Amino acid sequence: MTLTLALVAILLVALAAAWLARSRADALRADGRLNSLPFYHGAYAFLWTALPALILIAAWTPIQTRLVNEAVLASPEGQALPDFDMQRDMILAEARQIAKGEIEGGFNAESNALAPKFLAAEGYYAAIGGGIALLLAFAGAALTFRRLSFDFRARSGVERWVMGLLVAASLIAILTTLGIVLSLLFETLRFFKLVSPAEFLFGTTWSPQTALRADQAGSSGAFGSVPLFWGTAFIGAIIAMIVAIPLGLMSAIFLTQYARPRVRSWLKPILEILAGVPTVVYGYFAALTVAPMVRDLGLSIGITSASSESALAAGLVMGIMIIPFVSSMADDSIAAVPQSMRDGSLALGATKAETIKKVLLPAALPGVVGGILLAVSRAIGETMIVVMAAGLAANLTANPFESVTTVTTQIVQLLTGDQEFDSAKTLAAFALGLALFAITLILNLIGLIVVRRYREAYE
Amino acid sequence: MDRHLRKRYADERRFRMLGFLAIGLSVAFLAFLLVTMAWRGLGGFTQTEAKVAIDFPRSDLILDPAVLKGPEAEQAVASANLESVLAQVATANYGPQAEELFGGGAGRALGRALIADPDLVSRRAELWLPVASQYDVAAKNEGSAEAEQLIAAIDSNGGLRRRFNGDFLGGSDATDSSEVGVWGALKGSFLTIIVTMALAFPIGVLAALYLEEFAPRNRWTDLIEVSINNLAAVPSIIFGLLGLAVFLSFMHLPRSAPLVGGLTLALMTMPVIVIAGRNAIKSVPPSIRDAALGVGASKMQVVFHHVLPLALPGILTGTIIGMARALGETAPLLMIGMRAFIATPPQGLTQPASVLPVQIFLWSDEVGRGFVEKTSAAIIVLLIFMLLMNGLAIYLRNRFEQRW
Repeated sequence: MTLTLALVAILLVALAAAWLARSRADALRADGRLNSLPFYHGAYAFLWTALPALILIAAWTPIQTRLVNEAVLASPEGQALPDFDMQRDMILAEARQIAKGEIEGGFNAESNALAPKFLAAEGYYAAIGGGIALLLAFAGAALTFRRLSFDFRARSGVERWVMGLLVAASLIAILTTLGIVLSLLFETLRFFKLVSPAEFLFGTTWSPQTALRADQAGSSGAFGSVPLFWGTAFIGAIIAMIVAIPLGLMSAIFLTQYARPRVRSWLKPILEILAGVPTVVYGYFAALTVAPMVRDLGLSIGITSASSESALAAGLVMGIMIIPFVSSMADDSIAAVPQSMRDGSLALGATKAETIKKVLLPAALPGVVGGILLAVSRAIGETMIVVMAAGLAANLTANPFESVTTVTTQIVQLLTGDQEFDSAKTLAAFALGLALFAITLILNLIGLIVVRRYREAYE
Repeated sequence: MDRHLRKRYADERRFRMLGFLAIGLSVAFLAFLLVTMAWRGLGGFTQTEAKVAIDFPRSDLILDPAVLKGPEAEQAVASANLESVLAQVATANYGPQAEELFGGGAGRALGRALIADPDLVSRRAELWLPVASQYDVAAKNEGSAEAEQLIAAIDSNGGLRRRFNGDFLGGSDATDSSEVGVWGALKGSFLTIIVTMALAFPIGVLAALYLEEFAPRNRWTDLIEVSINNLAAVPSIIFGLLGLAVFLSFMHLPRSAPLVGGLTLALMTMPVIVIAGRNAIKSVPPSIRDAALGVGASKMQVVFHHVLPLALPGILTGTIIGMARALGETAPLLMIGMRAFIATPPQGLTQPASVLPVQIFLWSDEVGRGFVEKTSAAIIVLLIFMLLMNGLAIYLRNRFEQRW
């Protein structure tokens, strides 16, 4: 008896109950007018039979795992296992695999001996859990049949379940946000036990080393994150915006004011293709094509420290990627300005350019600014372009031809090596993640508030 | 007066030209990107082959035709050390500098030829076999001087040709750049997207329905709305961190499996679907709802029998765009461990897998010269998928969208 067997049994019982309820309702129908369609009677029976039992099994599974582990460890072979945690866990895991039939025989003799214990314990506890669940299922079915009658509001009952499902789906969004905040916060607090917050937030040296073994003479490194935030701001908020804002804004202006409708109808999708290209492609393009060009440019104008992993290369490509975001937000805001303002300005004798510069843009400015803030937040959170095109050297420099590193690069770097999960190095990644989350959250909120509050002026 | 007017008109012309230049520059960047990728990547779809004359009876090859016809053929071929035979053959055909002309790919090709025609071992034959990666690269003019010399020599004898490389689309990752394929990554991508879709679509649509149709206007629902809007704008790497902390460390799910990747991407895609869904549901006119209520439907029936089918095209468009975005994501999947070298395609949802963008990222780090064209070729494959999905979304939107 395994839990899977119980699951299948419950489903079969539920289907049978549903079918029976439906035919009962059908039969009743011949005698008079039912409150709900027979389908709903069947659905009601199915839901009340299956769902309580399934919820019980879902809750039982982790309990069962723990009980099985305890039973195995309590058995004579289990007592004989070594005390060392990691080795014991390994043997247990192997025994579990043999019991499930995933592997034929294990490396350790103990796991072969433990496997039948596992099977026995699992069978025992699964029988208990599955049995109770099946009882619940039958109880649910019996309850439903007692209620079947003319006046039975089956449809309302079913709809109450569906409503519960809808609410649960919506709550997942909150759960996710909560999950992000809590998991990042938890790990960050553990990080701050090892490294002081002041050093993290205000220190200017980033050199994350930790001694791998207790007796190693290596230093515990510096975790000052200011160079990282500077790199992120430099590439994402400065260089990328210098590229994206003029190009995006002027593209939006051209598309809304000057382009003929047919031209606009195929130019706009082309701009959206820019947004749809995966960021790995941009990163590779930056590393392969743009970075050498930038380095040659830098060397040719006499900057000897031009690196092939320059901030300029990454910033340029990131700016290109952001153009559609700025453009579409600006497009929406400019289009939202009432036609009357435009017509009035033209009637006074202004040229189109003057209308745009003096009337439309100021009117659309909140939307444009909001769009820029959202674009900045997107650029700051961008990972692949900077991982592939910018470097790993934490520099505090204003020279765009030199290599800087960003918060996202470091997160990837810290977490994709072979690390022990508790070291300050891996925890630093979570601290950086929390900081990044907070910054993008604030930028997004400000952007949305700016857009929403000032847009109402015209409606 | 006139001069001033002319200045204003000139200003106007300049401004218009600036706008045109801006959009021209943006499109030019896109074109530059696509053309560069295509140019570098098309070579990755072809494989250079060299002609060799093999005298099987006189070579070191010890294989029995009877074994080759039987069930043990593949094992026999694998243990026959075809690579050293080929090294000999290459030297015999093209001189001592051609000893490394053929690599593992050629060995496998020879094995397949022998199994297809077991009587080959008893006679002399001329075969076209794929060359090793350093010579493949040389044939495309990116290799070392000696390799290019040898290739030129072989070519002048008419012994070189280029063939479409089916192994690229059908094979998996390998250490040698001429043997890599994207199939393993494609399958991993496919499995991951299925998990993402199966989770994000129902949850997203149901949440959108609740928020739009049923939710009362109180602080809780405001909170849910704000959460969803924020989640849609959170950087994708944060979802990777969440996946690492919750799915890997807390729930101990298998690392680098499509299941975990799909869960992480589902969390990321769900807000996008909710927002698209809300817009689609909002655009269904109230008259439909009122008419259904007037005929006696319950609120739930109105939503599921009338509003949802009408809003479905818009929801599907948003979903496809969200899926296309998830397909191209790399950072969150790197966080959950998909950084390893996966040499065989995954068999199920809980086996280690890779996805195409991660594969591109890993290959971009490799130093072998042949990897540049393979990476670009993989990028071409990825871009084609993106194009197909976005094109499908646009087609659906144009075909099924109703303007009320």
